[in-house]
Amino acid sequence: MTAPRTLYDKIWDDHVVHQAEDGTCLLYIDRHLVHEVTSPQAFEGLRMSGRKVRAPEKTIAVPDHNVPTTLDRANAATMTEDSRIQVAALDENARDFGIHYYPVSDVRQGIVHIVGPEQGWTLPGMTVVCGDSHTATHGAFGSLAHGIGTSEVEHVLATQTLIQRKAKNMKVEITGSLRAGVTAKDITLSVIGATGTAGGTGYVIEYCGQAIRELSMEGRMTVCNMAIEGGARAGLIAPDEKTFAYCMGRPHAPKGAKWEAAVAYWKTLFSDEGAHWDKVVTLRGEDIAPVVTWGTSPEDVLPITGTVPSPDSFTGGKVEAAQRSLDYMGLTPGQKLTDIAIDTVFIGSCTNGRIEDLRAAAAILKGKKIKVKRAMVVPGSGLVRAQAEEEGLAQIFIDAGFEWRLAGCSMCLAMNPDQLAPGERCAATSNRNFEGRQGRGGRTHLMSPAMAAAAALTGHLTDVREVMGETV
Amino acid sequence: MQKFTTLTGIAAPMPLVNIDTDMIIPKQFLKTIQRSGLGKNLFDEMRYTQDGQEIPEFVLNQPAYRNAEILIAGDNFGCGSSREHAPWALLDFGIRCVISTSFADIFYNNCFKNGILPIVMPQDVVDVLMADAKRGANARMTVDLVAQTVTTSDGQSFGFDVDSHRKHCLLNGLDDIGLTLEKASAIDRFESQAASLRPWA
Ligand code: SF4
Repeated sequence: MTAPRTLYDKIWDDHVVHQAEDGTCLLYIDRHLVHEVTSPQAFEGLRMSGRKVRAPEKTIAVPDHNVPTTLDRANAATMTEDSRIQVAALDENARDFGIHYYPVSDVRQGIVHIVGPEQGWTLPGMTVVCGDSHTATHGAFGSLAHGIGTSEVEHVLATQTLIQRKAKNMKVEITGSLRAGVTAKDITLSVIGATGTAGGTGYVIEYCGQAIRELSMEGRMTVCNMAIEGGARAGLIAPDEKTFAYCMGRPHAPKGAKWEAAVAYWKTLFSDEGAHWDKVVTLRGEDIAPVVTWGTSPEDVLPITGTVPSPDSFTGGKVEAAQRSLDYMGLTPGQKLTDIAIDTVFIGSCTNGRIEDLRAAAAILKGKKIKVKRAMVVPGSGLVRAQAEEEGLAQIFIDAGFEWRLAGCSMCLAMNPDQLAPGERCAATSNRNFEGRQGRGGRTHLMSPAMAAAAALTGHLTDVREVMGETV
Repeated sequence: MQKFTTLTGIAAPMPLVNIDTDMIIPKQFLKTIQRSGLGKNLFDEMRYTQDGQEIPEFVLNQPAYRNAEILIAGDNFGCGSSREHAPWALLDFGIRCVISTSFADIFYNNCFKNGILPIVMPQDVVDVLMADAKRGANARMTVDLVAQTVTTSDGQSFGFDVDSHRKHCLLNGLDDIGLTLEKASAIDRFESQAASLRPWA
């Protein structure tokens, strides 16, 4: 009998190619996702050293960060010159090195972390990397997924392996069920609020408990997506019937006998009874409220019923950081969160740009009009967009006064023209509220799609449960 | 990769906690397809006004710290995006060593790939180093990777830990890819085993 192992231990053990005496491992990588911003220097490095991509059939590229999301994006003039060069470089690298590619013109194009699962590239038990910190998203399938830097992108391209030391095991359990109006986004933000942005540093987190089991695959992806904001190297959720159902029939999922063999293996992917955890955090699902962020770090989380905190309520370096956040955000301690007026609403990103997110927002908006200056929905992929149109969600957004965009990262990081102006305040479903993230001087409040929709309707931060109360 | 053995230089104090990679190099500078040239935009939004004027209070704009080679920073330095543009920008500016109580994982890794040494020290040591850095350009710190010590301008010396593989690579300026390719036969073996164990992957 081997000692009880965690899910992370199991996936790790199955991918070690070589272990050095000091414990440094060479880990085999099953899927390598690539986007235009963090890859050009890596491909250039390969060219300069005359190296090839070792496993082009396991390497998948899609442009997402820079691409315009306006309907006229086929017109090259919608892109700045440097963005155009970066996307063109990916086109060329994909062609030259023979990797799978979804160009901007392809309906399957979208945010890399939405496209991977959608196309069946991401499967349980795999190791997945991408030159992007939100690679953690793929952990929702019980795959070990981490973000890497560009040098590592080059390393994986050349060798299909990654040099890693094993992280510690952390368990985050959400017991019981969520209350009405509370979503996966509120779970993941609340966990970061409880543990801090460095709480997971050095760990791989496994999320478990009834509230996690009750989430859809979309919701699980939202939870794992923000593991990185909690500092963790990766987030994981053990695969179950919901996972298998999601994967079945996807273009790159196995079929027939291979599918059967895969499911049999996937069913062994769970943390054994008695496995060792280096850290355990437990939250009660019933205690989680709809939350928003007030500051410029994702750990600055409060229930929507709260008030803006005073810097003095913190300790150490956080006192100065909180003061700086409040100045940047233009907020005063004691102010009720629901009194904060919103200019702009952004629904999208790899955190909340999937079909379920759009359904949740549309349910709040149906038959109503927005009171904010501008609001946009940016679906996570061309296929999410198409499905939302088919379900009539697009029309609900348009009727409410939202712009209905094409797929991309958009205002999540504002590398394309979708940006906030200085001082503009945004209710956003993305994952980072850093200074300048959505545009220099822009002020970001993170929240769930339902909460963002509620803010769009009232023009200020709003407890979605009150808006829901009106509708029923 | 540039080797790192010992470094004696000016240390700039940045006591702010949670300095993220968006602060280190904002996204508008990620559109480059090169590694070099990012130094002038390091900490861009803290360093320049909207119309490109230097903000005199910002530490790296102060005469004493314009040639800093070491940064002493608050907790959780380098959190956020995985962009390797962050260490590229630091390196291009001339920073070869960052010292903090903690680093975000990906950033920490990225430093070693670019010849930058990130050092984790306990809070009380960071406090001493921060105070020393605040004394300005005449206070030069020495970082000795061979001996694994940081020495302040007044001679207080503190040891630090570093992974032996990473130390070896930094000291010798070794490229990981070359080292890994020496294990190509192990990778081949793993691939053929995995192909029969997990044929769907
Ligand atoms: S949507 Fe935002 S967080 Fe996600 S990959 Fe794009 S830029 Fe990164």
